[in-house]
Amino acid sequence: MKYFIFLVSLLLNSAFVYVLGSRSVLPLPLGSFLSVQEGVWQNAEPVDADFNAALRFDALQGKVDVFLDDRLVPHVFAEQENDAYFVQGYLHAKFRLWQMEFQTHAAAGRVSEIVGEKAINFDRNQRRMGMVYAAENALAAMENDPQTISAIDAYTAGVNAYISSLKTSDLPIEYKLLGYQPEKWTNLKSALFTKQMTQTLAGYDRDFEFTNALKLLGEENFRILYPSIPDSLYPVIAKGTVYNKPLAVLNPPASADSLYFKRTDTIQFVEDFKPNPSNGSNSWAVCGNKTQSGKPILSNDPHLGLTLPSIWFEIQLRTPAFNAYGVSFPGLPGVVIGFNDSISFGFTNAGRDVKDYYEIQFRNADKQEYWFDSSWKPTTRRLEQIRIKNAKTVEDTVAYSVFGPVMYDKSFKTDLTAEKAYALKWVAHDTSNILKMWLLLNRAGNYSDYLEAIRHFNVPGQNIIFASKSGDIALWQQGSFPLRWNDQGLFVMPGTDSSYMWKGYIPHEENPHAYNPVEGYLSSANQRAADTSYPYFMPGSYEVYRAIAINRKLASMNYITAQDMQLLQNNNYNVFAEDARPILLKYAIKEQLSAVEKKYLSLVESWNLMNDPTEKAPTCFTAWWDSLHAEVFNDDLVQDKMSLAKPEKFVLLEALQRDSSFKFIDNINTPNKEDLYQMVTVALKKAAKKLASLEKENKLEWAKYKNTTVYHLLKTNAMAFAREGLMNGGGNGIINASQHDHGPSWRMVVEMTSPTNAYGVYPGGQSGNPGSRFYDNFISQWAKGMYYKLWFMESAAIEGKKCKWKMSFASK
Amino acid sequence: MKFIVSAIITAALAFGLGLYFPWWTIVIAGMLTGFFIPQHWFLSFLSAFTGVFLLWGLMALFISVSNDHILAKRISMLVVKNSSPYLIILITALIGGLTSGLSASTARSLLNLFKK
Repeated sequence: MKYFIFLVSLLLNSAFVYVLGSRSVLPLPLGSFLSVQEGVWQNAEPVDADFNAALRFDALQGKVDVFLDDRLVPHVFAEQENDAYFVQGYLHAKFRLWQMEFQTHAAAGRVSEIVGEKAINFDRNQRRMGMVYAAENALAAMENDPQTISAIDAYTAGVNAYISSLKTSDLPIEYKLLGYQPEKWTNLKSALFTKQMTQTLAGYDRDFEFTNALKLLGEENFRILYPSIPDSLYPVIAKGTVYNKPLAVLNPPASADSLYFKRTDTIQFVEDFKPNPSNGSNSWAVCGNKTQSGKPILSNDPHLGLTLPSIWFEIQLRTPAFNAYGVSFPGLPGVVIGFNDSISFGFTNAGRDVKDYYEIQFRNADKQEYWFDSSWKPTTRRLEQIRIKNAKTVEDTVAYSVFGPVMYDKSFKTDLTAEKAYALKWVAHDTSNILKMWLLLNRAGNYSDYLEAIRHFNVPGQNIIFASKSGDIALWQQGSFPLRWNDQGLFVMPGTDSSYMWKGYIPHEENPHAYNPVEGYLSSANQRAADTSYPYFMPGSYEVYRAIAINRKLASMNYITAQDMQLLQNNNYNVFAEDARPILLKYAIKEQLSAVEKKYLSLVESWNLMNDPTEKAPTCFTAWWDSLHAEVFNDDLVQDKMSLAKPEKFVLLEALQRDSSFKFIDNINTPNKEDLYQMVTVALKKAAKKLASLEKENKLEWAKYKNTTVYHLLKTNAMAFAREGLMNGGGNGIINASQHDHGPSWRMVVEMTSPTNAYGVYPGGQSGNPGSRFYDNFISQWAKGMYYKLWFMESAAIEGKKCKWKMSFASK
Repeated sequence: MKFIVSAIITAALAFGLGLYFPWWTIVIAGMLTGFFIPQHWFLSFLSAFTGVFLLWGLMALFISVSNDHILAKRISMLVVKNSSPYLIILITALIGGLTSGLSASTARSLLNLFKK
């Protein structure tokens, strides 16, 4: 008996320790995970937590006082500029360490180290795109500039000062959840972060899609389905602007007609992990004679994937050289979108195509040589070692050509042959120091300082908006944009010949820009920057409708206040539907509709065109139009083991406005010739089925259908850390660009009065800790379209006392 | 009395070890009291169980209350798909209690093998 008791006890005990201490049986090691002294309980921050602290670090040169206000926004007052970056690094790490490391691991293709084999393809994709190579080039440029390197060194030291102070029990929850430890921060990680943003904003292209579509459809049809300029374009720079003559007229190579425009084959493989084409933004500035205060107002809302922890961290940095407030990127020093004592600045994505593919001819499968300018040239090879959690390291050899990394070859996309491969030419690989722009913008006092600052920015191309207390407004589309002959880079180019290479970049001063325009306002919303009179070929992925909505409003507004601008950022008017609805209503054959279908039609008919949260009509309209789009194009574009792109929504709308017998209406798979009446009616019938099932689930209301969700960075693996079902309106193509998991990641309105009158909000919270009350405390405010007044502290001595907490940093 | 002392000592040892060492040192706490405090093996189990159950349960409860259960609700959702802070506190306490209790009974019943 006693043997039995001992054995049972021993077995049970061993089993407990084994099951609770490892991940082999349960997905989580519940013993350490729930341990009160070591596990997640240690991350439960008391709601009345005390953030006061007095810290000493060798690396500091002077004193730094940090005042934390009741929203946990740090106001950093530093005696030395670099100390401010040290403290910013420390604070970023204190509140956002896991996110900083995860995002830069993702940039570097190191996610498999954390989550295991399921991320191998993602990691290979990142590395083959040359993300680490790009970051190394960026770091080399940063190291060449004394101002940048001292800022980034201080920042990195600050992050590491925090990491060194961490005990196991202090680790952010995600480390405990996934079972790993943070490593030291490096300058390269900051460079990687800039490349992650570049990939998000300038990593979208449709070269393979267009190459295949051109071959399948022929050139005439290709131009119809993928036009480069919408009829309804409202360019960033006003129509009618006179541009300088181009420096040189570029002509396509003599062989282009046969080798480039008339390929004989499609490219048989499918790309993965493409960035979301909705990544974009709104920004505008109005000059003093349109505002009530007589001073300019600048507004900006960048549209990105909505995540917890947020991509943004609010901060004020005050140094002897400048006083800046705004949002920063955890991972980089400085204020990224914001204002200082004299100016304000914001960004929208230019959407220009700065990424091309070249078809490479390898000599054989070992990828050592490729055919270029009539001889075999050697590649250089980069060995990528992808470490994998609970599995052996995977090695991947990436060949580098004169263009850049050979991203797609047979070793990665097995549908390709051993000889034919695709090299990537991308501005992101250039040696450049974009951080310098922010270091200079933060201290810029006027328009010429702004011009000097943005000169350092090459990619991702941005529309950089500017307003100053002295009354100026300006906007430059800034970046390195390739000089191209017409249609160069729309399709995959031959890589056997130097004549297809880029011929440099469009000179900076020729980039589209405007300064104090007569209209009294400037705006950008990811539309094409200029109309056809711009003398350079500017391919890209552009939005159409937000720009129309914004320009209409700004043109008619006067005596504008900061509150008016807030309302405009939250405007839900659907400009696209204004033009699209008449077509749906005109061509629907009412006699053929059931009672239910008629009901949805009449909802669309009586709609006020606002995508408001409780409206049912936006859901009906969207389902109906999407259904029509699919009816019209799905028969023509059959995806079979190749990349193809759906035509954009303006294409169908404008085609139908021009001509109701648009040639793609006919379904090529039926003997009959369908007309628009039939298509619109069938589209409604199909949409009605979907709408009826939504209605049954009580999800017909726009906000419920859209289900705006701020996911944790681990997406559906951590829904307990997400916020679902936000009641907000807006959508794709609407000024309030809130989609399901994407939208205004920061809304800011800055009135350039003295003192500065600024407002802002982002859908998250300052703390990245799901156990903190500051984790998601801004979300409800954001969803309601409300703002916080931004407290731009002038004096530590007087205003500091009004702050809740004070952290003082000093050298030892 | 012995039972209560044994529970308190186990809890104190578990807490002290937990300040410096990983969670599984509650096994050591259980074994030490199981080994040195002579009791029926089941009382060894029960006293260590009670000690660490209360230690972990009360600490988790205290932490969670001062956190307004923000994190407990999320962790409960993550682990048992149910947003119930008290359930996750109970699970925490049971994990600690059972692990330590079984260690105590293992130690005590091992000792019993050599007793005449």
